[in-house]
Order: sequence, then C-alpha cells, then structure tokens
Amino acid sequence: MIGKKQFNAEAIAKRTLFLFAITGALILFLIVVFIFKEGLPIFNQINPVDFMLGGEWSPSKDVYGALPFIAATILITAGALMIAVPLGISCSVFLAEIAPKWARELVRPAIELLAGIPSIVYGLFALVVIVNTIEVSFDVPTGESILAGSLILAIMILPIIISISQDSIEAVPRAYKEGSYAMGATDTQTITRIVIPTATPGIVAGIILGMGRAIGETMAVVLVLGNVEKIPTNLLDQGEALTSVILLEMGEAAVGSPHYNALFALSMILFMIVFSLSSISNHIIAKRGLRPG
Amino acid sequence: MSMEKIIVRELNLWYGEKQALEDVNMQIRENRVTALIGPSGCGKSTFIRCLNRMNDRIEGVRITGKVEIDGKNIYDKDVDVVALRKRIGMLFQKPNPFPMSIYDNVAYGPRIHGTGDKKKLREIVEDGIRGAALWDEVSDRLETNALDLSGGQQQRLCIARTLAVKPEIILFDEPCSALDPIATGKIEELIHDLKREYTIVIVTHNMQQAARVSDYTGYFLLGEMIEFGKTKKLFENPHKKETEDYITGRFG
Ligand SMILES: Nc1ncnc2c1ncn2[C@@H]1O[C@H](COP(=O)(O)OP(=O)(O)OP(=O)(O)O)[C@@H](O)[C@H]1O
Ligand SMILES: [Mg+2]
Repeated sequence: MIGKKQFNAEAIAKRTLFLFAITGALILFLIVVFIFKEGLPIFNQINPVDFMLGGEWSPSKDVYGALPFIAATILITAGALMIAVPLGISCSVFLAEIAPKWARELVRPAIELLAGIPSIVYGLFALVVIVNTIEVSFDVPTGESILAGSLILAIMILPIIISISQDSIEAVPRAYKEGSYAMGATDTQTITRIVIPTATPGIVAGIILGMGRAIGETMAVVLVLGNVEKIPTNLLDQGEALTSVILLEMGEAAVGSPHYNALFALSMILFMIVFSLSSISNHIIAKRGLRPG
Repeated sequence: MSMEKIIVRELNLWYGEKQALEDVNMQIRENRVTALIGPSGCGKSTFIRCLNRMNDRIEGVRITGKVEIDGKNIYDKDVDVVALRKRIGMLFQKPNPFPMSIYDNVAYGPRIHGTGDKKKLREIVEDGIRGAALWDEVSDRLETNALDLSGGQQQRLCIARTLAVKPEIILFDEPCSALDPIATGKIEELIHDLKREYTIVIVTHNMQQAARVSDYTGYFLLGEMIEFGKTKKLFENPHKKETEDYITGRFG
C-alpha cells in the first residue's frame, strides 16, 4: 500500500506544478487579451496599414501614423546590433577560449553587474557622456540623436550577448576541441571552424534576446533620442521610439479615447515583435543544428 | 627487425605539485603496435598525451626528459607543435566526431592543412573512410550528420578522419572502452591492418585486447613503467612480480 500512497503524493506534486505552469501561461494570455482589447478599437477609425505606415502622428488632429516611431525603433536597434554583435562575439570568444583564468574571473562578475544596472542609470550616463560627446565631435546643436540611442543600447545589450555567447562557447564539448587540435589544427582554426559553429545556436539566441531588450528598452532611450515625432533619415537626427511615445503620452490620453487606443496599438506592435523574436530564438535553441561546413 | 620510431628518455610529468610520470624510458618501434596497460590512474593517458604534446594544453603541467621521434626531441624549443600533431594522429576513449556531416568530418583535416581542390579532397576523404573500413556502411550517406552513426561507426569515422591527415603515428587512448564486443572486434582488426603503414600506440584496460593486437606491451604502475617487452613474453613470462600480479588478476 506504500506504493499507492507515494503515487498519490507524486500525483499531487505533479498537479501543483502543472497549475503553476498554467498560471504562467494564463498571465501571458491575459496580458495579450488586455492589450488587444484596448488597442484594437483604433482600427475602427483607421486601417492597420495606414496606422503602421502613416508618417504623421498628431493626436490633437486625431491623426495616428506610427511610422516615425517604428522607424526610430528599428534604426536604434539595428545600430545597436551593428555595434554590439561583433564586439560581443569577439569578447565572448576571448573570454571563453583565450583569456587567462584570472581575467575571466575578473570580467565575468563585472559583466553580470552591467546587466543588472537599472536602465535609467544607463540613460543618465548616456545623457551626460554620449550626448555631449556627439555634440562636441560632430558640432551639432544637440547630441540627442539616433546615434546616441544606438550607442547606449549597444552598451546595454552587450552584457546579454557576451554572457549568453560565452556560456554557449564554454558548453562546446572539450572532446571536439581536442579532436581538432589532435589533427594539427591551430587555435584560430579550432575556434573558427569548430567552436563558433557549434556554439552558433546559442550565440544567435543571445543576439535575439539582446535585440528584444533593445526594442523594448524605454527609460534610457527616452532620455537621449530628443523625442521628435519625425521620421529619422540620418544618424544624427532626433527621433522618438515606440516605447517613448507610450511612456510620454499615456498620462495625457483620456482612458477610452482614440489617442489611448492608438497608444495601446503601439504596444501591440511591440508585443508582436518581441514575441516573434523570442519564438525564433526558442526555435533555434530547440533545433541546435550546425550549419553545414 | 624494425627501427625505433619513438624513443622516450627519462620522461617526468607533474600536474602542479603531483608527479604523474616518473622516469619513463621506452622505445616504440616503427610499424608495430605497442600497448600500454596498467590500473586506472597509473598515468597511461598522461603518457600517451605526451607523445603528441596534448598535455601542453593543460594548465600547470611541467614536463622533463625527452621524447624523440625520428631522432628529434619533440620538446625542443624549435618544434612546431601544430606540424607535430599533424604527423601524430590521436583517437580518444569516447568517439568524438564533430557535429557536422560524415564528409566534412573526414575533410576537416585536409581542409585545415590546405587541400582546396574539390576532386582531390573527395579522393582523400574516400581513401580515409575506406582505410577505416567504413566505406560500405556510409558511402551512400556522406552528407548525413556524423552524430547519427552508431558508437562503433563513430569511432571508425574518427579513425578515417585521422587517416585523412596522413599521419605517421597513431595514438589510441582506450578506443574501445565505449564499444560493444562486435564493434571492438572491428576496431582491433583495423588496428592490425593499419600497422603495415603506421606506428601504433594503444592504451587499453583490456589485457586480452593488448594480447590480441599488440607486438610490444608496457606495464605502468603509479606513473612508472614497470616492465616493457614483447607482448607474448610479457604475458607468458613476466620478469617482474608486479606485472605478473596484474596480468594474472591478482592485482590489489
Ligand atoms: N588534468 C589533470 N590535472 C591533475 N591531475 C591529473 C590530470 N589528469 C590526470 N591526472 C592525474 O594523473 C594520474 C594519471 O592519470 P591518467 O589519466 O594518465 O591515468 P590513466 O592510466 O589513463 O587512467 P585510466 O585508465 O583511468 O584512464 C591520476 O592520478 C590522475 O588523477
Ligand atoms: Mg586514461
């Protein structure tokens, strides 16, 4: 009869865990329902395509075109990735494969600390250092710009990319590396032909996670972009990110008004981008394939 | 009578403070199979990894003494370790094919050593796989992932990969310990064939295996080489009491 009792205890534990898991999924579901419920009504007065591609955003005139914000978000994210990806991968290869132990032990906690700094602190740093530097070096009236946003986002996502890439590089089995060295491969050959390709799914997952962070980042970005509702065409142009509009305008939008609905529709866009990014990254991690040499 | 390919003189190795090899002397003959036996932890792997300087990669290792290959000490300052490892292939306890196609696994060595020509590469790959007695089993699926092969096939693939680099010496560190008896039999047969062209050193836990495949055997105990000689002689008529205890199974 002991067997039966144990079985019951296990069944209860299983059910409890299942309940927790379901709760997580349920919360996600509720968030989606809530955002969409508040956001979708805007499409009664403007069709989704015009909303996404419209170049003008003037709540006072009841005109809602999200393109300036989508463009600014894409530009700062792309800029951040262009800086952070090569830098992050090189750093992680260096830390995982080349750096002596003491350097690794020094840098690793520093990087983890960087990842934990509140984003408003990054924003203040960017405002004081990056924005001023851009003003001085490009001789422009204000350093608040797409470039400033890209730079601060690059700094913010660097720790994510480095730590996830480093983990996946360190997870490459020692046996692969030994097999390569035993055939007379150099360090460089082993790193570029065995280590990095094997770690690629993890590295890509890290990049995508960083990208999601960049797209969703609010506090640091709102401080350095200048927040001008105009499509940026130049790195030194000012702009306003999707997150910034929501943050800055939600307070003044009357609940249930079209303006309010439009801001929720912007958050729908954010949600869908981040959701697809994380699905892609999960898919890559699940596949764990190696690209053919 | 064949020549000495490798001569080991007064080899000592320390992992940090701990001495793992003590005054090892050995002569390994060309085109012969030399087996290294001894209880776990006695330094067999450590020793065999000295022969292609794989221990260089471990932090805190200190080595004294000489390992001469064709008369040249491989621990001399002017030795190019990468070129050395190209001459000395190594197989590991657990088959370790790379996570890529069968073809790319075997082509890996020639590619890093500069074979760019597609046709030439294909020939080398095929020769390697045939040399490892694997061709009949994989010729129709060279593009599939090597990790889908069975353990025994993976180990032979690793041999093929090593042959494709055209080494002179092949080191086997317990190549069969993860394999079943049938797969083991195939590897042993292969080793027997390979010695015509290569000098072979094999570490094994399995004394029957040493007796079956090797011409010479060395018995290690606690980092020292206790006895070395013709395999038949060592097994039938060992000089040292320690050796006799070990091979008759009366060991500790
Ligand atoms: N990287 C290392 N750092 C420190 N000590 C080590 C290291 N590798 C091996 N040793 C030690 O050196 C001794 C010899 O180890 P080695 O692996 O050469 O033994 P072995 O004869 O191959 O054993 P087995 O038959 O179990 O494979 C052991 O005491 C082991 O603990
Ligand atoms: Mg061993």
